[in-house]
Amino acid sequence: MFTIRKYVLASDLSEAYELKKKNRNNVILGGNLWLKMGDRNIQNGIDLSGLGLDQLEEEGDSFCIGCMCSLRELETNEALNHYFNGAIKEALRHIVGVQFRNCATVGGSLFPRFGFSDVLTIMLALDSYVELYDRGVIPMKEFSQLPVDNDILSTVFIKKDDRKVSYQCHRITETDFAVLTCAVAEKDGKYSVVLGARPAKAVLIDDVELLDPWDEEQVEAFAETVTGKTEFDSNMRGSREYRQALSKILIRRGIEEIRERNR
Amino acid sequence: MKIQLYLNGRRIEGEVKSDTMLLDFVREQGMKSVKRGCDTGNCGLCTVWLNDKPVLSCSTLAVRASNAHVTTLEGVEEEAAEFSRFLAEEGADQCGFCSPGLIMAVLALKRENAHPTELEIKEYLSGNLCRCTGYQSQWRALKKYFGVEEEA
Repeated sequence: MFTIRKYVLASDLSEAYELKKKNRNNVILGGNLWLKMGDRNIQNGIDLSGLGLDQLEEEGDSFCIGCMCSLRELETNEALNHYFNGAIKEALRHIVGVQFRNCATVGGSLFPRFGFSDVLTIMLALDSYVELYDRGVIPMKEFSQLPVDNDILSTVFIKKDDRKVSYQCHRITETDFAVLTCAVAEKDGKYSVVLGARPAKAVLIDDVELLDPWDEEQVEAFAETVTGKTEFDSNMRGSREYRQALSKILIRRGIEEIRERNR
Repeated sequence: MKIQLYLNGRRIEGEVKSDTMLLDFVREQGMKSVKRGCDTGNCGLCTVWLNDKPVLSCSTLAVRASNAHVTTLEGVEEEAAEFSRFLAEEGADQCGFCSPGLIMAVLALKRENAHPTELEIKEYLSGNLCRCTGYQSQWRALKKYFGVEEEA
C-alpha cells in the first residue's frame, strides 16, 4: 500500500533538498509509477513540478533536459532524435505505452538507477551528465555507480559530440521489461557498449578496441570480449547464459547499424 | 486539500487527500467511464487526458491536476461515438470494460496524427490491453476508422 501523508509543492530545489534529507520517508515524486507499486508510507511527497524542470532545450553544444521532462517528450523531441538518428526514441518506445511515458519522468527513471532501465542504458552510451543539487554536475557513468542517496537530480545534459548510437534490446513480450538492453556508440572510430537489464543496472564498457567494424571476425571477437568483461545473472526473464548469448548478438547488430550509417 | 481544475471544460473544485489518485477523483465527480483495471500503470483502462495528453489516471496524483484541463470520455462524446460505431460494427466491444481507455487513446492519436501507419497505430495503442477480443476485431475497427489501406 502506498500512502502520502503530506504533499509538498517545492518552491525551490533547496527547500526540496532540506526536506528530503530530514527523513528517509520524505520522497521526491517523479512520475509516481514505480513508487506507487511499492509498499511505502511516505511522510512528505515532494513535488518539483512547479520549478519549470519539465523542459527539454537545445542550447549550443548540448541538450538540457529537466528532471520533470516526460519520457514521451524525450521520445518525440525532433531536434534530439534527429541529432542521434532516432536512437533515443528507439530506447523509449518499448516502455509500456504512450500514457505511461507521458507520466514517467526523466529524473524518476534515472535517479533510482533501476536495473531494467532503458533510459539509463541509452544515456550511458551518450556523452551525458547529470546535475545533482548537492554534488553538482557529474558524468552519467560516475552517477550510475553512486549509491542512491538524498541528493536531487535536477537536469540531464547530453553533449552534441557527433557520436553515432544504436539502441538494441530483447523483450519476451513487447512493452514488458527487457531481458537485455544494449546501446552501441561510435565516436571518432572508437566503439563503446552499454549493457543493461543484466538484470543488474547498466554498465559502460569502453576499453575494448575494434579496429575494423567491417571485419566480421573482429566484430565477433569484440562482442565476445565485451560480453566476457560483463557480469550477467539470472532472473525470471532469462538465465545468465541466455543473456550472454543475447549480448553478443545485440552488440553485433548495434555495430552493423552504425557501420551502415557510416558507409 | 482543495484543488481546482477543469473537468471536461467545466471548472470544478474538490477536496482531495495528498495521495488521492486522479482516477478516484474523476469517478467521484461522476465520470464513471474511467475504469480501474490493473492499477499498476500497465493496462491503459484508466486513460484520461491531462492538458490534452493521454495519461494513466491510476498513477497520477489528483493534486497534480490542479489548474489543469482533465478530459474523460464524457467530455468527447461525439468523437467517441464515431469510433465506437466502428468498434460495434466489428464486434470489438465485447465486455466493453477496456473500451473507454482505448477510445481515449485512439482519439488522442487521431489528434496527434490523423493519418497514422499500421505501425504507428500499433505503437501508440500498445499501452491499452484487452482480455476479450484478441485484438483482431479492434484492429479491423481501427484500420477502417483511420482509413488504413490493407497491406498486400
